[in-house]
Amino acid sequence: MTSVSLKVNGKSVTREVEGRTLLVQLLRDHLGLTGTHVGCDTSQCGACVVHVDGESIKSCTMLAVQANGLEVTTIEGLAAADGTLHPMQAAFREHHGLQCGYCTPGMVMSAVDLAKSHEHLDEKTVREGLEGNICRCTGYHNIVKAVLAGAEAMRSQPAQAAAE
Amino acid sequence: MYAFEYHRPTSLSEVTGLVSGKEDAKIIAGGQTLIPTLKQRLAQPSDVIDLGAVAELHGIREEGGGLVIGATTKHAEVAGSDIVRRLIPELAELANGIGDAQVRNRGTLGGSICNNDPSADYPAALVGLNATVHTNKRTIPAEEFFTGMFETALELDEIVTAVAFPKPGRVGYAKFPNPASRYATVGVLVAEVDGAVRVAVTGAGPVVFRWPEAEQALSSNFSAAALNGLTVDADGLNADIHASAEYRANLVAVMAKRAVVRAAG
Ligand SMILES: Cc1cc2nc3c(=O)[nH]c(=O)nc-3n(C[C@H](O)[C@H](O)[C@H](O)COP(=O)(O)OP(=O)(O)OC[C@H]3O[C@@H](n4cnc5c(N)ncnc54)[C@H](O)[C@@H]3O)c2cc1C
Ligand code: FES
Ligand code: FES
Repeated sequence: MTSVSLKVNGKSVTREVEGRTLLVQLLRDHLGLTGTHVGCDTSQCGACVVHVDGESIKSCTMLAVQANGLEVTTIEGLAAADGTLHPMQAAFREHHGLQCGYCTPGMVMSAVDLAKSHEHLDEKTVREGLEGNICRCTGYHNIVKAVLAGAEAMRSQPAQAAAE
Repeated sequence: MYAFEYHRPTSLSEVTGLVSGKEDAKIIAGGQTLIPTLKQRLAQPSDVIDLGAVAELHGIREEGGGLVIGATTKHAEVAGSDIVRRLIPELAELANGIGDAQVRNRGTLGGSICNNDPSADYPAALVGLNATVHTNKRTIPAEEFFTGMFETALELDEIVTAVAFPKPGRVGYAKFPNPASRYATVGVLVAEVDGAVRVAVTGAGPVVFRWPEAEQALSSNFSAAALNGLTVDADGLNADIHASAEYRANLVAVMAKRAVVRAAG
């Protein structure tokens, strides 16, 4: 067992894990943060996307020990303390960017990273930027609309977007 | 995944000590290939050695007019680097076309070339741009580094430290991506290096290869039209559920033309 200390959604945590424990297992099984989903477990679907030091990564394809000393943000860490949704979450609700919701946590986390790393988003950039996220329900159309609207809202409500 | 012991050394000498000292040690860089392999129990290392904290293996710099990229430099870093964009912009584009954003945020240049997947993008860049692979023991010309399907010239305890690219003339890369993974069903890189034209093909065969007939044709006339009528023999090319050998042979010619158009544009 190895000790791993990291910040998850702003809180410092330390846990004993095995070398082979995945970051997603640490989040879901050790910390009870089950908002992060496992769809494929083969690095393809993006349901497990979280931010590590602000960058989106697939938490099923990173060891928990590799996150030692780093900051992790999961879908649970996006909304404000009073429960106000992050602009990207609000946009997914507003634009019907989900059906069953299985892919949604990963979609939202990828979308927030995408919005932050591009000054201007258009439909093509969004579709390419979500290449690592698979949705079996929506046909992507409303997801793309939601991401464009969410990115726009993040620009006009910077204070709240920064809470992430 | 079988259990293993995890190590996170901070210097190259510590890494080499661990690799030769442990019974069956395996290097982890971005883990985008190794972790899926471990999950499938296709490997059972006693120890896993993380290169992530070894500063000397990381980063991008200009050297002697060319480009040197450290082994643990991530695809997203190559794609976003001002130095790469200035010296070999098409290499940044190639890196930006690997997998998806999340894979590019973890996967590394060293991990990609050491894995030497027959459909990986970087092998075409290294061979096409006449790059040199630096290891903890020696330097290896790219063409001698990639020896076979998932095989390289690396010895068991040898570690890639960096890749050096000379500054090329015109460069173009075109790939026909697998629609699911974005790996190259076929990818072709065309480049002018030291006054000669090089054409490197990935995805089509068991390992990256050069296409001499195309190089000859482009040397006298650097245009897509110069490739008209040139064909690649389908014998020995890869065939799988994604594409037959004949289809891949056709794609080589089509991607080569697109690469020339990109290079000339
Ligand atoms: C969904 C998905 C899509 C992908 N799409 C593409 C694509 O379109 N094109 C493409 O080219 N690739 C693609 N990849 C592969 C990706 O580029 C990986 O990053 C790459 O193959 C491995 O790099 P890594 O840093 O993750 O290496 P790891 O998985 O950490 O290691 C891979 C192998 O290399 C060895 N190794 C790593 N670094 C060194 C070193 N410095 N010296 C010696 N040995 C070393 C390891 O021991 C291991 O055997 C994709 C991967 C995924 C999961
Ligand atoms: S569960 Fe991680 S990519 Fe599908
Ligand atoms: S909403 Fe069901 S998988 Fe995307």
